[in-house]
Amino acid sequence: MTLKILYFAWLRERIGEPSEQVETNASTVSDLIAELRLRDERYDFAFSDLSSVRVAINQTLSDFDATLDGASEVAFFPPMTGG
Amino acid sequence: MAVIVQEKDFDLAAELKKLAGFEGTAGAVISFIGLVRGDASLLALELEHYPAMTTKALEEIEQMARTKWGLVDVRIVHRFGRLQLGEQIMMVAVSAPHRRSAFEAMDYIMDFLKSRAPFWKKEHGINNNIWVTANLDDEEALTRW
Repeated sequence: MTLKILYFAWLRERIGEPSEQVETNASTVSDLIAELRLRDERYDFAFSDLSSVRVAINQTLSDFDATLDGASEVAFFPPMTGG
Repeated sequence: MAVIVQEKDFDLAAELKKLAGFEGTAGAVISFIGLVRGDASLLALELEHYPAMTTKALEEIEQMARTKWGLVDVRIVHRFGRLQLGEQIMMVAVSAPHRRSAFEAMDYIMDFLKSRAPFWKKEHGINNNIWVTANLDDEEALTRW
């Protein structure tokens, strides 16, 4: 499947792109992260500490165990700091 | 009910005029404004957000509060972009039948807005630029609701 992946804040800076289209067979968010980390050191570094990474699937906050069934947009970002 | 996400500044008085409740349905109106705090070493505060998700997340928070406390109206304005020291970042106004529900709803909305609204802040300083890290206490604050 083709996923649109978005990166925000320091994840965007570490990876160097705000978004990209990815062709993947990953079934969960964790699988997708593992795939991305194998690409190169930028991704490996960005995802090195998952305790400070959050994920949203189709604009809804989710978790790393979540399935990518029905996902079209996956966003990675640090914990939010609104207000 | 309204959720507005914009780059430009807002005027609290003008926003309050658009809030329902002044025709007799509300007994209390509370407003909150968040400001850019710091000292002269802060050149700017940059707010990044996730446009496709921001309005949806804020509307969810607003709807939860409205149902939980039977609010008359809620108005949320949140800015993004590059802000200067002392500038207004965001505002929330709630109108409710009674004072206590208005205060509690405001507290709830702000707690969720801190940790569930997809905004990220970067402080641009004289010597360095730092992403503001989320406060653990802010995440824990959600458990009291």
